[in-house]
Amino acid sequence: MKSARAVLLVAMSLTFAVPVLAAPDDAQIERGHKVYDKWCFPCHGTGSGKPGTDSLRQRGQNPAVLEERTDLTAPMIKTFVRHGVLFMPMFRKTEISDADLDAIAAYLTRNNVK
Amino acid sequence: MRVPPGVTSKDFSDAIKRWEEAVGREWVFTSDEDVDLYRDSYSPFWHEDLEPIPSAAVAPNTAEQVQAVVKIANEHRIPLWTISTGKNLGYGGSAPLLGGSVVLDLKRMDRVLEVNDKNHYALVEPGVSYFDLYRYIQDRGLKLWIDVPDPGWGSLIGNALDRGGGYTPLRDHFDAHCGMEVVQANGDIVRTGMGALPGSKTWQQYRYGFGPYVNGIFSQSNFGVVTKMGFWLLPEPEGFKSGNVLVQRHDDLVPLIETLNYVMNSNIVQGTTTIGSPLLMSRAAAQTASGAGGSALVMSPGGPSVEDLEKIGREQNLAYWNCELNFYGPPKVVEAEWEYAKEKYSSIPGVKFIDGPTYTLPYDPKDVDKLPKRQFGIPSLTIFGLMGRSEGHMWFSPIIPMTGEAVFEAQRVFGQAYHDMGVPAINQIFVFPSSFFPRSFVILCGFPIYHDVEKNRRSREVFKGLVKAAAEHGWGEYRTHTAFMDTVSDVYSYNDHALRRLHETIKDAVDPNGILSPGRCGVWPKHLRKART
Repeated sequence: MKSARAVLLVAMSLTFAVPVLAAPDDAQIERGHKVYDKWCFPCHGTGSGKPGTDSLRQRGQNPAVLEERTDLTAPMIKTFVRHGVLFMPMFRKTEISDADLDAIAAYLTRNNVK
Repeated sequence: MRVPPGVTSKDFSDAIKRWEEAVGREWVFTSDEDVDLYRDSYSPFWHEDLEPIPSAAVAPNTAEQVQAVVKIANEHRIPLWTISTGKNLGYGGSAPLLGGSVVLDLKRMDRVLEVNDKNHYALVEPGVSYFDLYRYIQDRGLKLWIDVPDPGWGSLIGNALDRGGGYTPLRDHFDAHCGMEVVQANGDIVRTGMGALPGSKTWQQYRYGFGPYVNGIFSQSNFGVVTKMGFWLLPEPEGFKSGNVLVQRHDDLVPLIETLNYVMNSNIVQGTTTIGSPLLMSRAAAQTASGAGGSALVMSPGGPSVEDLEKIGREQNLAYWNCELNFYGPPKVVEAEWEYAKEKYSSIPGVKFIDGPTYTLPYDPKDVDKLPKRQFGIPSLTIFGLMGRSEGHMWFSPIIPMTGEAVFEAQRVFGQAYHDMGVPAINQIFVFPSSFFPRSFVILCGFPIYHDVEKNRRSREVFKGLVKAAAEHGWGEYRTHTAFMDTVSDVYSYNDHALRRLHETIKDAVDPNGILSPGRCGVWPKHLRKART
């Protein structure tokens, strides 16, 4: 607990000390939404026949739809996109650029408790 | 930095510098972190030295840039491996066959160049996916349908060149293409068919042009880099109907398929049809078969007899076989076609029919999730829901004759092969045949891939055993994973491999330095042929 608080304090201090770590703006989130719709929604969206959503649900993840989660972090999202997991393949930079990946991360973490 | 085989570090560095000038520095990938993204996510060689890992990747944005990249590679004799969207998962993904090749990544070339809703065609670049073209058509409200394979993120060009299939009347994707633009190994660019005529008005409307028709040699090959391709599209039908035919006895499969041939080849039934079996897929049949050490889908030695299975079918009121027929056209027409099909099938004693819904089109986009997407040309990734907890898959996909007798023989042959190789019942993969291509059946069996060396090694052995068993009975694969391209090429051996020798003659003429996709579909450049044998 003590160490978790220490991490949180460090994170908070970094947030205040380093302007580039400020919360993403609306334009970045909107861009992320568009990139997400193109690249992620067909597998992780709502509706029938979304194998990513179905797979997460089968493993007890609630909510299973990525857009509804509030616990994803940017490093976690980037790791999955660049390394894949189970039947999810890796995505190349010609598919999802680093800038687009930043935007996806901004979109999927928009509702996280700050 | 990794270096391609047979290339000096200096030559490679020079080439990279020139590629950076040609396409921009950010589109030449050389760091391990970036290049590893080109590994096959579904590689059957995970954690093995055998995995072919590329040395670099280059991503041009135009046909002119492709010409420049290829010219540079040709001068330095650097092997390139061309990918379109790189999502040919199950058949090699974005990874080369020859480790150390440089991936020529065409994903950035993602322009829909033309869609014509009067003559029903599209002209696209290699990076255009089925999702992209579908969205393009939907956004503009065009009354056109595309045909899709199961995964919607694939490239129209890549899938057609690998001779993939879909589900609608335009399901044979290579057959549905019309006109190509191809960059040759020396950097020269050629347009085929009517595209050879400057200012042609019919490049996507008449396939052949004048003189020898060469398009086929650019499919499943390494003779050029296709940078544009035209595709015929389906005018949005006014209606769609499906209906299910069920027959009770084992031997009824023979007339079921014989009539299927008639109604399909008469163009009454359209699109892909899959043979199914409510009985063999039932829990009761599976339990009976597993108890005898086999699978109900294949006829393994020691497994249940046809009589045993027919008895279960009678007791549980389960049809031995079924097939779903699809009809495209005005509602009145598709209803009449279904009635006609039922008449043709009524000569099979005990046949039953289940009427499917008749759709009046166009559909409301809000209802997409309620529609049979594949039959409606709506791209999705639904197929990946079948993958369970595996870390990928690869497809074993032989073509067999479109007859009941051939299906019976396939059940016996693959059952025996699994038995001989000691494959346990749970791993005896067999999928009932589908008519992805006119006038033949494909059996499309997905082998799971794991990040487990022993499991993958065993899967590769079994895969090769099935290729051999199939060939011994006159069946060959229509397409295969890069890991098995030599294995499959080897069985197409008529007249001392005359076809391969012809391929090699062409290869030597059009790509004398052997830089384009070495080894694709068993075609190796001269300097690497010895290594293969």
